[in-house]
Order: sequence, then C-alpha cells, then structure tokens
Amino acid sequence: MLLYLLRRTLYAVPIALAVSLVCFSLVHIAPGDPINAIVPADAPQEVVDQIRREYGLDKPLPVQFGLWLGHVVQGDLGRSLATGRSVWSDLSVAVLNTLRLAVAASLIGFAVGCVLGGLAGVFQGTWIDRVATGLAVAGVSVPHYWLGMVMVVIFSVELGALPAMGAGPTGGGAWAWDWAHIRHLVLPAVTLCVIPMGIVTRTLRGIIAEIMGQDFVNTLRGKGLLGRTIFLHVVKNAAPNALAVMGLQLGYLMGGSILVETVFSWPGTGFLLNSAIFQRDIPVLQGTILVLALFFVVLNLLVDLMQTALDPRIKRA
Amino acid sequence: MTDKLVEVHDLHVRFVSRDATVRAVNGVDFDLMPRETLCILGESGSGKSVTLRALMRLNPPRRTVMSGTVRVGGHDVLAASPRQLADIRGGVVSMIFQEPATALDPVFTIGQQIRETILRHEPIGRAAADRRAQELLEIVQIPSARRRLDSYPHELSGGLRQRAMIAIALSCRPKLLLADEPTTALDATVQIQILLLLRQLQQDMGMGVIFVTHDLGVAGEVADRIAVMYAGRFVEVGPVASLMRAPLHPYAQGLLGATVHAGARGTRLTTIPGAPPNLEHLPQGCAFAPRCAWVEDACLSAVPALRSPAPGQAARCVRVPDTLQDAA
Amino acid sequence: MTADVLPAALAPAPRAAPGYWGGVWRRLRRDKVTLVCAGILLLMLAAIVFAPLIAPHSPYQASMLRRLKPIGFPGYPLGTDELGRDMLTRLIYGGRLSWYLGITPVAIAFVVGGLLGVIAGFAGGWLNMLIMRVTDVFYAFPSVLLAVAISGALGAGIFNAILSLTLVFIPQIIRVAEAVTTGVRTLDYVEAARASGAGALTIVRVHVAPNVLGPIFVYATSLISVAMILASGLSFLGLGTKPPEPEWGLMLNTLRTAIYSQPMIAILPGLCIFVTSICFNMVSDGLRTAMDVRA
Repeated sequence: MLLYLLRRTLYAVPIALAVSLVCFSLVHIAPGDPINAIVPADAPQEVVDQIRREYGLDKPLPVQFGLWLGHVVQGDLGRSLATGRSVWSDLSVAVLNTLRLAVAASLIGFAVGCVLGGLAGVFQGTWIDRVATGLAVAGVSVPHYWLGMVMVVIFSVELGALPAMGAGPTGGGAWAWDWAHIRHLVLPAVTLCVIPMGIVTRTLRGIIAEIMGQDFVNTLRGKGLLGRTIFLHVVKNAAPNALAVMGLQLGYLMGGSILVETVFSWPGTGFLLNSAIFQRDIPVLQGTILVLALFFVVLNLLVDLMQTALDPRIKRA
Repeated sequence: MTDKLVEVHDLHVRFVSRDATVRAVNGVDFDLMPRETLCILGESGSGKSVTLRALMRLNPPRRTVMSGTVRVGGHDVLAASPRQLADIRGGVVSMIFQEPATALDPVFTIGQQIRETILRHEPIGRAAADRRAQELLEIVQIPSARRRLDSYPHELSGGLRQRAMIAIALSCRPKLLLADEPTTALDATVQIQILLLLRQLQQDMGMGVIFVTHDLGVAGEVADRIAVMYAGRFVEVGPVASLMRAPLHPYAQGLLGATVHAGARGTRLTTIPGAPPNLEHLPQGCAFAPRCAWVEDACLSAVPALRSPAPGQAARCVRVPDTLQDAA
Repeated sequence: MTADVLPAALAPAPRAAPGYWGGVWRRLRRDKVTLVCAGILLLMLAAIVFAPLIAPHSPYQASMLRRLKPIGFPGYPLGTDELGRDMLTRLIYGGRLSWYLGITPVAIAFVVGGLLGVIAGFAGGWLNMLIMRVTDVFYAFPSVLLAVAISGALGAGIFNAILSLTLVFIPQIIRVAEAVTTGVRTLDYVEAARASGAGALTIVRVHVAPNVLGPIFVYATSLISVAMILASGLSFLGLGTKPPEPEWGLMLNTLRTAIYSQPMIAILPGLCIFVTSICFNMVSDGLRTAMDVRA
C-alpha cells in the first residue's frame, strides 16, 4: 500500500503544475494587452516600455511562466497592482477568513446532511425518505446567493437580529471567537451550508440504501444482532465513501464561496477575487486562483489517501 | 413422544407491493425432530428459500405478510416480539447462506464477526469469546485458525469463507441449522468437503438441519427426509431412499427422470414441458396440472390434499392412493 | 410417458411484453411529482416563448417616478424595479436569457463532452489516457472558481459566460460518458456481439450507444439547474449579462440595494431561478428513477 500512496502523491505534482499553467494562462487569454491594466492609455511610450520590462511582460510567454513559477515556489506571489501590498499578505488573511466560513458551513451542512441522508437511506421508500430527499433537492436547487439575500431580508432587515455584512464589528479587523464576531458568521455560514447539505444527504442516502440492500445485512439480522449493532456495521461500510464526498465538498466550499462572500461582504478569498477581477489586478488574480486551486488539489489527494487507508479491501490487496 | 424441534402448520407467505402480490408459500406443513435432516428440494421460484427464511422471519419486513404457525425449539416465531426474535436468531436457530462472498461484512475480520455473535447471546467476556472463536475455526477445519481470526473475508478462498460462515452460525450452539444452498456457489470438490463437514458437525453437536437445494445429488447425500416443493407447496414428502427410488408425484418423477446419472447411459433424458406458474396468478387447482401428462378434471378444480400411501410418505396428487386415510 | 404438447386450454394466456421504453413511460406517468414539475416547466417555457404576447409592458421602459413601486400597484402587478421598469415583464423576458444561459452550455457540453467521453471509453489505451488526464486538470478546479476565473479573464458578456460554463461542464460530462462507456464495453453482451462477428461500428450503434446515451442524457439534465444558477451567479457578479438586458441573475444584482425598501421585489428574480432549478432537478431525478430497471 505504501507504494500506492507514494504513486498517488507523486501523481499530484504534474496536476499541480498543469493547474499553475492554467492559472497563468487565464490572465493571458484575456483580450487586450495586460499592460493596459497597469498603465493608463495615454502614457508615453518610454513609460510603457519601462513598465513592460519591469513586469517582465516583454519576455516570451514560456519564460514568463517559468519566472512566475519560480517566484511562486519561493512564496513570492508578487505585488497587487491596486494597493501595492504583497499579494500574499492580503491573500493569507483572506484565506483564513474563507477557511473559517467554509469550515463552519461544512460542519453544519455535514451534520444535517448525515442525519437526513442516514434517515432517508434506512427508511428508504417511506415518507421519511421523501421528506429528506425533498429537502436535499431543495438544498441543491436553491441559488445560494439568493438565499443569502432572503436571509438578510428576514434576519437583518425585518428582525434586525443578525448583521448583514462584514466579518466583525470593525469590518475587517482581527478575528476572535467571541459572539460579536460569530454573529457575523451565522448568516453566511447557514447560507453556504445548504448546498453541501443537499449533496451529502443525497449521496449518503444512496450509499446507505445500497449497503442495506447487500446480503451481509441479512446475515447480521440472522445472527440476532440488535438494530444499533447493525447500524454500526452500516456506518463502517459507508465511512470511506461518505467521508470522501464530505472532504470534496469542503474543497468546493473553499473555491466556490465567492457568491456568498459577495452578498455578505465577507472579507475572504472570494471577495478578494471579485475586486481583483474588476480592477484587473493581475497578480492578485493569479495568486488567489492558484492558491484556491492548489488547495483543492491537495484536498483531493488527502481524500484519496484517506479512502484507501480506510477500506480494508484495498489496504491489503 | 419426544418434543418436535420444528412445527410448521399451514404457512402462507405473500410479498405485497404496489404492482402485485406474489404468493410465494401457499400452505406448507411439516415437522422436524431433533438430529434429523430435512432437505427441501425445488427449482428457483418454488418458494424454498422463502420457507426457510420464514422460520426466522428473515424475509423483508415491510413487504412480507405471513400467516399460519411456526414453532422452533418451543418458541412461537410468528408471534415473537422483535427482541425475542433477535434472541432466537443465532441462539436457537442459525442460518448459512448461499454466497459467502457477499454474506459476510467486508470491513470486519472473521474473528470480529464470530466474536460479536457470541457476545450477543452469551456475555462471557471478550477473551473467552476469542478463545471460542478460535476453537470454532478449528472445528470447521480452517488451517492456521489463530491467524485467520484477523483475516478479512476477501482474503479467504470460497471454501474457507463458507467454513467461516458455518463457524459463525454454530458459535452459539443452535438447536437448528438452516442452510440455504450453501454449496451451490462452490467448486465441485469443495462442495463435497462442505457437505461432509456439515454432516459431521450435525452429529457432533446434535442439531436438526433443514437444507434447501435444487440439486438432487446433494439432497441424496445429506438428507434423512426430502420435501419436494413446487409453486409454494410441498408436493411430495418422504424418506430419502424411497423418494429417490420411486417418487410418487409426477413433478418429482420428472425431476428424477431429468437428472443425469451414470446408470442412465444410453437412455433418453426426459424433460418436463412448460414452465413454472406465475406466482402472482396461481391456478385454482393443482399448480402442476398444465405440465402434467396424467392430468384429470379433478386436478383442475381444487388443490389436491396430501395423500399418504405409506407412513412417512405423502404426495399432492389425486392418482396417489391414500391408504392411511382409508384405514383411519 | 410424458406428453410433448401442452393442452391448449391449460396454457397461460400470453401477455405482450411492454418493452423498456414502455416501462419507462409507465413509471413516469405514475410519478406525480415529476409530472407536476414538468408541467410547471412547460408553462414557464410557454410564457417565455410567448413573452411579447403576454407581457403587459416593455422590459426597457424606465421611469424614475415609478421606481420601486410595491407588489399590487395598479398596472404593475409585481411592482417596479429600481429604474421604474415593470417587474412582471422583466421577469418574463428575463426568463428568456436565463433559460438560454442555462440550457445552451449544457447542450453544447453534452455533444462535445459526450463524444469525447464515449471515444475515450471505447478506444481505451493512450487515447483514453490523453483525454482523461486533460480532463483531470480541469477537474482540479472547483466549478464555481473555474467559471468565475474564465469569465473574469474573458470579460463580461453573454457569449463569454456561455463559453466559460461550457468549459466547466465538458470535463464533467466526459467523466460520466467515459465511465458509462467503459462499463458497457466490458459487459458480456458486447463480448457476445463481438464473438458473433459484429464490427466495431455496429456494436457501437446497436449495443453501446443506446445504453450509454440514456445515462449521459439524464446526467446532463441534472446539470441544467446548476448551469442556470451559475450563469445567473455570473451575472450577479457582473460577469455575465450586461445591463439593461433583463436576466434573473443580473436583476438580483441591481435590486440588491432595494432590499431595505422593497424586500419582496428584490427577491423575486431569485425565486424564479429557484423554482426553475428545483423543477429541472425533480424531472431529472424522476427520469433517472424511471430509467433504472433495477428499482
């Protein structure tokens, strides 16, 4: 198995490289010269040329990619065109904020999803199943940015109970796990958790229904085992696939939080990405997409390894 | 008169769904004495597995409707509460299944699966349970028993898996062992080993055994009595020797005529024309009538009762003489 | 002696076999929820197609005097938006773009991705590896991120939005198509066909394609709701449809500030997206259940 783990880990490297290539090229497939984002249109030619040399935009693309990659590997993501600050300093703060939001949303979504999915799978075909599946379909069908607006309408505008924006009382200050900050987290987390809740419910229902239909469950009943023991057997059989799905959902939340962060002005990576797109702040754009995508690649790898480690059929093959 | 181990009277089992009602078992009566082996013989769809599972109420709970009486080891199975039923299963009666590859939980070791069965019925502590598990693996003749306790099902061959399943079934010394085609999925050589093992274990542990199979050869090997099943009813019951030598019911005769065996070289195999009936729409009379060469009007009007030409033998056929009835 | 001929009177009456598609239709007919949702979708489609005939006003006619009138205002049954345009009209016309943005990328991805996936699944070998590895790279991005990134790079606009969404969905359909095709290719009946002398093209046409198109199609229909939400999401971010075109996602964006004065109006476009999305998902689920022979 160790060989498999090693091989799988090594396989992630070319993927990571390819992902970096895609991130790099994204900016360059944009119509127009990237230089136009940096200097105004009426700047004198020498200034334009100087800026071009400074940013290395005069070199051929593969060389630019190589240089950029070299910097990235050393941890240098460049400087923001808009603020002049190092990309990494803003990005690291934003990543932590998004991580807090994504983890909070994951925990809620997974907890509810496991309960609903488990109930639906065990009581397949009954009204419990239909209700749980209905909730799950609603969860994956709702446009979550719209749900965010609805939540704001109900809880901020009408009830005035929870804040509509920001991550803390001072807007962007340091995070602390106190109620003044957590109340800012509630609405965006609940909004964001709806989709993973739906997906986990549906997937878990499928997994559990499939396990319950297998022969060995009949053997367990035939041995006179009680309900809770049989449930433990089902859970252990379901764990590798269920955990894999949940792990991937965390990745999707990290990468796909931009819409909810926009609705709630949550100062995370999505928010950063949003402003970078409109300001055509190329270094920030490249850096943010790269970090998020690599996070997903690493997460995929970890999920794969975990699945292999948990399933005895693969472990000792 | 010693107590019967199993008493089944007028057992009916239906599977009810939105589309249709399948009448799988339509009036089955039989008894089993301790240390006796009964073999239920029949084709796919005859209701033999359903009958077997009914003895433990192991059919799908939501769709199954049962009526009649089923008593096993003195317990009323159909009237038992869920807790009582769970105590009976594994403790008084155990079952081994056809496909050991899928009948064992793939993510638990053999040792864990034996141990949990023991501890469910007898609170003897983990260490004692482990010792008994190892003994059981030795009894079913699995080599390197100590090491095999930590094996997962997929690490064993088909024959060893089946032995492991037998070990699990015997772990709490049940009085009745139910076997649902346990050798069908195995290679021919392994089949014989398992059959011999089962016969040995039955003698050593003094169990009653009900064996379900479609294979006449297997039935002849293990049974004391055979019950031939067709369309959810026993159409013939009798001691193995007399039934196999001279079956009374046309269906049983057809089965034997269709069996390949060495003495038949040079003669033509006979076949039974037609197909088994649709269990959703059973005919009013004898279910075998559409395929029977000796069908009469009396066969179509009502299901023939079991008629006994000799003690211990019975068949559902109007052509069979009923001497006991006349003598009574 | 056994008879070889069945007495005719005793032979059971033959029932015509309904066939696979007959069975699918039968199951669908009984699935009330799916039928209701399909009905809702057809109604919406009709409204969208006949928009010029149904809509009471023009979607572009603005009036600062009439801005943000509430629901039930005389002449404007669903109120007016932040520029005084009739909400009901904008919603009906907005459906056109939203549906277009939802269905077109999926349709294109179905064709392109389906083709590539089936080729990869059937061909195997290095062709399979090539296609699947490239797919893996795109799969390494979460879909929202990829859509936003491509759209952000290309700029706002309907064409760019469709392009970026198509690029997001093609890898997903390739994966499903390849998996299904590989599964079917190794099944016994394909082996049997090959053993009886059928050529590759015949096998694909007769055995593989019918069994493969179904699951891929059902998967594609489940993507329509995602496409609609993503497309509207892009417009919500300012990356898709450009004003003053009516489109549900864009309307959500421009009405955001109206949350405090006219909350009910501000959430109307999202409600349309939600209803459409849920109906598509239900229909897709119903189709899958009806086509699943083992259920």
